[in-house]
Amino acid sequence: MIDWLAAPFAYEFMVRATLAALLVGIVCPLIGCYVVVRGLAFFGDALSHSVSPGVVIASLIGASLLLGGLVAGVVVAMGIGLLARRTRLDDQTAIGVVFPVALAAGVALLAARPTFAADLTHILFGSLLGVSAGDLGLTAVVAAIVVAALVVLHRPLTAMTFDPVAARLQGVPVEALHVALLVLLALAIVIAIQTAGNLLVLSLLVTPAATAWLVARSMLAMVLVAPTLGVVASVGGVLLSFHLGVPIGPAVVLLAAAEFGAVAGVTHLVGHLRRRTARPLARCNVSEYDTPE
Amino acid sequence: MTPALEVRDLTVVYRDAPALDRATLAVPAGTLAAIVGPNGAGKSTLLKAVQDLVPRVNGEVRVFGVPYRQARLRVGYVPQRTAVDWDFPTDVLDVVLMGTYGRLGWLRRPGRAERETALSALELVGMRDLAHRQIGQLSGGQQQRVFLARALAQQAELYLMDEPFAGVDAATERAIVDVLRGLRAAGKTVVCVHHDLESVPDYFDWVALLNVRVIASGWVSEVFTPDRLAETYGGRLGLLTRIGMA
Repeated sequence: MIDWLAAPFAYEFMVRATLAALLVGIVCPLIGCYVVVRGLAFFGDALSHSVSPGVVIASLIGASLLLGGLVAGVVVAMGIGLLARRTRLDDQTAIGVVFPVALAAGVALLAARPTFAADLTHILFGSLLGVSAGDLGLTAVVAAIVVAALVVLHRPLTAMTFDPVAARLQGVPVEALHVALLVLLALAIVIAIQTAGNLLVLSLLVTPAATAWLVARSMLAMVLVAPTLGVVASVGGVLLSFHLGVPIGPAVVLLAAAEFGAVAGVTHLVGHLRRRTARPLARCNVSEYDTPE
Repeated sequence: MTPALEVRDLTVVYRDAPALDRATLAVPAGTLAAIVGPNGAGKSTLLKAVQDLVPRVNGEVRVFGVPYRQARLRVGYVPQRTAVDWDFPTDVLDVVLMGTYGRLGWLRRPGRAERETALSALELVGMRDLAHRQIGQLSGGQQQRVFLARALAQQAELYLMDEPFAGVDAATERAIVDVLRGLRAAGKTVVCVHHDLESVPDYFDWVALLNVRVIASGWVSEVFTPDRLAETYGGRLGLLTRIGMA
């Protein structure tokens, strides 16, 4: 077993891939918790596809890929916000309008390059095995910034997610914090796409947080459980990929989904057993029936 | 004496139709006040517009004689409990602690003093034992009391409550009434949007009859009359005769 776990680390590229998977496996599920409880999963989806044109443009003009992705992410986020606020469209519809445009722009830009197919695969599935020491350093720095910001902002973010009106009345700068969350989300997505690709980012952003939500009794528990699940899936995916010869991206996605399936199954079963053994009064839905005292 | 809440010519428009039309009223300090009126009369809108939660077209709001912005922390708000998702992963104490954020500063971590304040507020609404209960496991009445405790933890002087008695059990209703009377005894002012006309004379000192316009406002004994109610509620006389006779 130890040999099985240790074998990949004889190769330096596997060490780098594992470290990158570890970082992405922490930062995406962590910010994913706020994304999921705020109902922004589709938004995260849109954003992860939207940073691609920024990354492509940046690589074409030789600018920083991180900056390119970040600018694209912020522009798209603002565009969606503006559409939802200035028209009668709701957020989901505004995302539906903007997101394919960004995705199409990314693909169109890529198509101009001779390495189109390889580039597209790279953006969709990442290239963990090709992560350079420089990429890894940048990923670590940005991940640290995102995690630190979330630690500082955890309490007000939680408060404004539960009750935005009350938070605002208590002096929490609700709009500014929402924008800050989107910028942090864009940052997390850009570094993760660099290393892990679109599909993986999406999966790590939503699935571990959703799994944690099924069992967590508090936001604090959720933000501790989700990255743990994320790391198990991402690092586990790298190991599985090495030993079984499957691509890393799908391996991670399927592991995260397996975690979700297992937890959902167990919680469903436990809930079912509790309902069967509970007394009749307690079987009422307490949110609908006031219990006399 | 300076009124606790003074609203002058407050007008709010939703999609071209006025929700509030030049509403003017002055709630005396130290009273329990009710705002009553039919559905769509603008009762909740009034509470929201007072706190800048909905844009107003016109009008002025003063709290204890100063503009609302300067008195924000002196105003506690109890929204309708359906305003939030009660499946959110948090417990009772954490929700009540939110009431202390304003004084504490939104980035600072609540300490022992804030926890004590929150626990005393829970004690007042009879829920101290449930401080660590998941909010998703609360009954409707308990949810309402958590919101009340959160406002109490703010230690405000004017409380604005949006239908605190809506859909609660008898025990909760009694607990809330006791809290309101305790607040009045402590010199605080409470303004409630209220639906049950029958209990208005029992629970409240002062009342505003609202139907987009303020039909009448003043002490319950002077203003809460069958003809004024008829004017407020239009033609629903079946209900009105019953209430008028009560």
